Amino acid sequence: MPDCNETIRELDTFLDGELSDDARAQIRHHLEGCVDCLQAFDFHAELKIVIARKCNNDEMPPGLLARIEQCFETDFDGDGAIGPPE
Amino acid sequence: MADRQDFAEQAMQYAPQLYSAALRMTRNQADAEDLVQETYLRGFRSFHTFTEGTNLRAWLFRILTNAYINTYRAKQRRPTETDLADVEDLYLYRRVGSMETAAANLSAEDQFLDLFTDDEVKSALEDLPENFRLPVLLADVDGFAYKEIAEMLDIPVGTVMSRLHRGRKAMQRALYEYAEARGITTGAAGTTADTTT
Repeated sequence: MPDCNETIRELDTFLDGELSDDARAQIRHHLEGCVDCLQAFDFHAELKIVIARKCNNDEMPPGLLARIEQCFETDFDGDGAIGPPE
Repeated sequence: MADRQDFAEQAMQYAPQLYSAALRMTRNQADAEDLVQETYLRGFRSFHTFTEGTNLRAWLFRILTNAYINTYRAKQRRPTETDLADVEDLYLYRRVGSMETAAANLSAEDQFLDLFTDDEVKSALEDLPENFRLPVLLADVDGFAYKEIAEMLDIPVGTVMSRLHRGRKAMQRALYEYAEARGITTGAAGTTADTTT
């Protein structure tokens, strides 16, 4: 079983879901018996959630959706036809 | 081969996420709007190359990232490849955690994180040098896997991992500085009530 140092070293890969099933199970096993590491993992899991939530909530400017939809109808290649070249 | 007629229907739902990511990349609204429009234009034009059944969201983010790197990055004034001062591991946690005495209360530190405003967290991310900002954005905000980020940024997976690790620590240091400046670090011990100074 990994010790505390080895466990903390895998904090990123664990929380990012990038560990193999086997490695993941070993880290989980350590966390079940180590409140210090569990707290550190809990904090960083929450930090990830907070960052995702607070950095992904921008209100789209009015008109942007309409601008995007224009792309689908523009004769942007200048061939006189609406839409992209076939 | 994907039908272009389907593109508008399937792709529009990702516009808010793409716009938020574009804002974190360009750091201003006008460029972010142009970048999102450019992304949809490129996507529409090349939708016939999209393999149906694969991840359309990842495909659009790849176009967004490429468009940013190829077009908008040239307009940015800051250098794109910058190193970061080395920051110790668990930077923020150790500072916040040392204020906690009750090991049983796992949620006290989580409440501390909620004290940050949206603007503080956005700034902490946007102030990272670009070579660290893009991996952190794509991983932590948009939830992409290392392999996907490596393909989007055309760098090895190992480089994604090291930049993520260092970028996150630098972001934590920035957050800690915001906490200190607002005086909320001292209030984090025991109670979060006395945080207004």
